[in-house]
Amino acid sequence: MSTPSVEPVPLPAKRRVAQLAMLAFAVVIVMGAYANVGLAIDKQVPAGMLTYGLGLGGFMLAAYLVLAKFAPWADPLILPLVTLINGLGLVVIYRLESAGMPGASATNQLVWTGVGVVLFTVTLVVLRDHRALQRLTYTAGAIGLALLVSPLVPFLGKEINGARIWIGVGGATLQPAEFAKLSLVVFFAGYLVAKRDVLALAGRRLLFIDLPRARDLGPVLITWGFSLGVLVLQKDLGSSLLIFGTFIAMLYIATQRTSWVLIGILLFVGGATLAGLVFGHVQDRFTVYLNPEDPALYDKIGGSFQLLQGLFGMGQGGMLGTGLGQGHPELIPLAFSDFIFAATGEELGLTGLMALLMVYALLVERGLRTSIAARDPFSKLLAGGLSFILAWQVFIIVGGVTNLIPLTGLVTPFMSQGGSALLANWILIALLVRISDTARRPPPQAIQDEGMTQVFQR
Amino acid sequence: MNGPLKRAALACLLMFGLLMINVNYLQAVRAEDLRADSRNTRNFYARYEIERGRITAGDKVLAESVDTGDNKFRFQRRYPQGKIYAPVTGFFAPESERGMEEAENRLLNGTSADLLIRRSIDLFTAKRSKGANVDLTIDPKAQEAAYRALGASGKKGALVAIEPKTGAILAMVSIPSYDPNLLSKPNKQEVNKAYNKIDKDDDKPLVNRAIRRTYPPGSTFKVVTMAAYLESDDTLGPQSEVDAPQVLDLPNTSADLPNYGGAACGSGRVTLSFALERSCNTPFGKIAMQLGYDALHDQAEKFGIGGDELEIPLTVSGSDFGPREDAAALAQASIGQRSNQMTPLQMAMIAAGIANNGVVMKPYLVNKIADAEGGEIDGADPTELSTAMSEDSARKLQEMMVNVVANGTAQAAQIPGVSVAGKTGTAETARGQAPHAWFISFAPADDPKIALALIVESGSAGDDASGGHTAAPIAKSVMEAVLNK
Repeated sequence: MSTPSVEPVPLPAKRRVAQLAMLAFAVVIVMGAYANVGLAIDKQVPAGMLTYGLGLGGFMLAAYLVLAKFAPWADPLILPLVTLINGLGLVVIYRLESAGMPGASATNQLVWTGVGVVLFTVTLVVLRDHRALQRLTYTAGAIGLALLVSPLVPFLGKEINGARIWIGVGGATLQPAEFAKLSLVVFFAGYLVAKRDVLALAGRRLLFIDLPRARDLGPVLITWGFSLGVLVLQKDLGSSLLIFGTFIAMLYIATQRTSWVLIGILLFVGGATLAGLVFGHVQDRFTVYLNPEDPALYDKIGGSFQLLQGLFGMGQGGMLGTGLGQGHPELIPLAFSDFIFAATGEELGLTGLMALLMVYALLVERGLRTSIAARDPFSKLLAGGLSFILAWQVFIIVGGVTNLIPLTGLVTPFMSQGGSALLANWILIALLVRISDTARRPPPQAIQDEGMTQVFQR
Repeated sequence: MNGPLKRAALACLLMFGLLMINVNYLQAVRAEDLRADSRNTRNFYARYEIERGRITAGDKVLAESVDTGDNKFRFQRRYPQGKIYAPVTGFFAPESERGMEEAENRLLNGTSADLLIRRSIDLFTAKRSKGANVDLTIDPKAQEAAYRALGASGKKGALVAIEPKTGAILAMVSIPSYDPNLLSKPNKQEVNKAYNKIDKDDDKPLVNRAIRRTYPPGSTFKVVTMAAYLESDDTLGPQSEVDAPQVLDLPNTSADLPNYGGAACGSGRVTLSFALERSCNTPFGKIAMQLGYDALHDQAEKFGIGGDELEIPLTVSGSDFGPREDAAALAQASIGQRSNQMTPLQMAMIAAGIANNGVVMKPYLVNKIADAEGGEIDGADPTELSTAMSEDSARKLQEMMVNVVANGTAQAAQIPGVSVAGKTGTAETARGQAPHAWFISFAPADDPKIALALIVESGSAGDDASGGHTAAPIAKSVMEAVLNK
């Protein structure tokens, strides 16, 4: 009896070496940028360059090793892309610190990067199967809401720069909304996967829109409304826009219904108008958006000064930028956090910003590719939601800083100085890597010829 | 779920696309506007990031940018002998510049199109582009001698010295002066405060008296009247005789034209040379009425008066002979006491034109402009402005002016071994006020190396100031500095 010829199943490549090479490349670019800053400012390679370079390189090597061990099949591009953005952020913060900008601290940011990498590895090691999160759907929702409310709790919450979005833990301050957004995405994913059929199919048709049943929509709507309410109370417009948009996108991915998007946009317009009527600062932001160069708005407190300084910086940068260390990004208020994109634009120019946006776009598309490759709905929706929230966050803050849309405060992922955002985003990346590992892992191979038996993976 | 995921991916790409388009719009299309916005303080910082070229006079540095190593204001402007050279160099304020700093700004800061090749080379050799260096025609010895002599004992005034054969300006002094270092600090508030303080000074130190202020020329203008007279008739010479009454009766007016101090001029019939030596008024008034307005006005114009505004490259205020009026006014104008208004530079040009045998050269301050590596971009090219008088008439006038110094009112300007030519002027400003003391001169008369004009302003040198006593000694010391005597 002849054995049937066994065609070897082509394995997807792990591409670990390519990943290591790209990682090294990213670290080299960042070290070059450090040297550039030092040479421009002090005419010498900065003394701390080796510390920063080895620090960043060491962190990334650790992340790589953990990834190679615990998620060997993961997408090879994600980690190098994040390294590049994170490193570039460190360089810009270092540069601003060199200019004597109060508040900018590259050392702090490097430490936070280290903690972020630790959380990244811990997530990868502990969370061997992200589908476990599906069982924690409602827990995640509750945690998300608790985190959102926490800044409003007396003694715990702190108000900084007019927004009550911080909590004091020990001596440090945390921005719980950054972690809340992760919890909420997990909650949305778990909930929508469970309910997507009813959400999509059951309901009444009103005109040309299929309206879902109230009891299906209820929990989601409550979560959404609650989070928005809390965020508006905290004057954190950026986060509310972020969570709202992500929610709509995930609803659409889950149900495939355009009507959700329309409802979402209507809700947004209504909400924005209402917020504009009720809250002075919302309206201010909008007038500034329309007329950033109006001298009256420029001089007004909370007016267009900051936005315009950012635009001036980018204008000064022009096509090629002034060169790292040779511009004046320290003139832009909050250049190390919300306006780090404008600061980067001044010194690296249009060329640098296009490259940076391309890196972000690649990262997001790698995430979405992971989502498409994932084999179960929860993984798909989670990866899709996490990728989208990343893209959406970049769009909101970069669009705001470049006056494409009204400005709402948000951090630029992986670039802005601030521990909470960095940690949360590193966890986000860990989740994407975990999902990508599962998605790209080849199905188990038959150890011996088992005839016609087919092996499935769930 | 892949369908909506792909559409979501498309939406993400669209968002990044929008961001990219917007960034392009900002940094390519609108960059120029954003850069130029007055609220963009980067322009202010940018001024101090360029190593601005030096302004030199030969080996002497008048203005230079010093690398302070400061983070924000790296290159700061220094004027080693600021006060002496301020009328020429001007200053480099946080938002504007003056004087030579303004006139040659684009070359000094390196943005001029003439420096395009240099900038391209710098780009490829990764060198920091520097501005071009501007070398001036100023002779530091003359400038410093003039500043010392004129500035002594609280006098106010101006002095301009020209090389007659080329038009190169050897000295340009305006007193009182100011310290340009105070106005060139990279601090708007501090500079504004210093500027307002200097600006409020009643003596107006910021005005460059040598080229931006006009004065009645007084008797120094008689050389123009004399030039017109000599040009009107070839047969006239220093020994030709003219009427010189004690008082000249002016037609259609009750006023008369007396000589200075009402004195008699010789025996009433004198030679032209004697009239100039003693600076008699009556013969010139008579000559002027005989020649008529047009002849005098034309002669003035040939010396550059009332012509196109000069750029040396600093802008020079126009000088004016005055409008056509009656004969009485013309007689007064002939001795520089009507509505004629002259800059010291203009009077220096007249002296230089006579010295250069009648040819007036265009005055200029910039000797050479070279890029940071020493490559010449622009060099001085002496050009004729006009021919004011024939060589023959010029020589006659030179002879008379030598006599003025040798025997006449300007004996204080004599230099042993050098034939100095000159003409004094004591210009009355208003009744009861001290006069301006003028002196124009050139030397050596046979091969002129320097021509100059100077004025000591009314009131700053006592009530009995006169061209001969107050101004001539100053001219002497400047000429000695140039002639190495």
